[in-house]
Amino acid sequence: MLAAVQIRVCFFSRARDLAGCAAAVESMPPGSSVKELLERLFRRFPRLAELEKSLRVAVGLDYQSGDCLLRDGDEVSILPPMQGG
Amino acid sequence: MTRELMLTLEPIDEAAWLARRAMSLDMGAAVYFAGMVRATEKGGAIAAIDYEAFERMARHQIELLFKQVEERWPVQSVRLAHRLGRVAAGETALWVEVIAPHRREAFAACQFLIDEMKRVTPIWKTPLAQ
Repeated sequence: MLAAVQIRVCFFSRARDLAGCAAAVESMPPGSSVKELLERLFRRFPRLAELEKSLRVAVGLDYQSGDCLLRDGDEVSILPPMQGG
Repeated sequence: MTRELMLTLEPIDEAAWLARRAMSLDMGAAVYFAGMVRATEKGGAIAAIDYEAFERMARHQIELLFKQVEERWPVQSVRLAHRLGRVAAGETALWVEVIAPHRREAFAACQFLIDEMKRVTPIWKTPLAQ
């Protein structure tokens, strides 16, 4: 049986407020996707669901869609809508 | 194309940025934009905005935008400065400059850079009452 992958999740701005923490670690089955990670995060941090329709996800420094497969050690960022400028 | 990017907690010294402008004689257009913090937000008075960034990603995403500008327009130089942290009303939060041979591409590239920066750069703001 393949070992679980460890994913470090970082929450920014409103996502951090809703999660109640700036970072968390999730242990996911091998082959898990961003979508599956999000489903797990919404269960663990129910208030995050407020951002379900608007949040964006980055793996490392690049945006990724829900079907992106996660690798052990990936850093995933949960990003509410941007407001720069 | 030369590029300069600064994300800073310190005030943006516009005069210093303008004084550093490097522009060859075959360039005919220098367009720059300065965005200031307004004293009102959603109808209410504010004293400042606190800008939070995922800074490593913000730098990476802005560099990707610079690359797109370089691919789309014959631009000689782009420079962008964005404040982070507490920025008081009236202060400059964003400063962008594009230098190109003609005004059309300079305006287009500058507009593109600002619009896309707001869309993809992980920066968030919190209005502060006092």
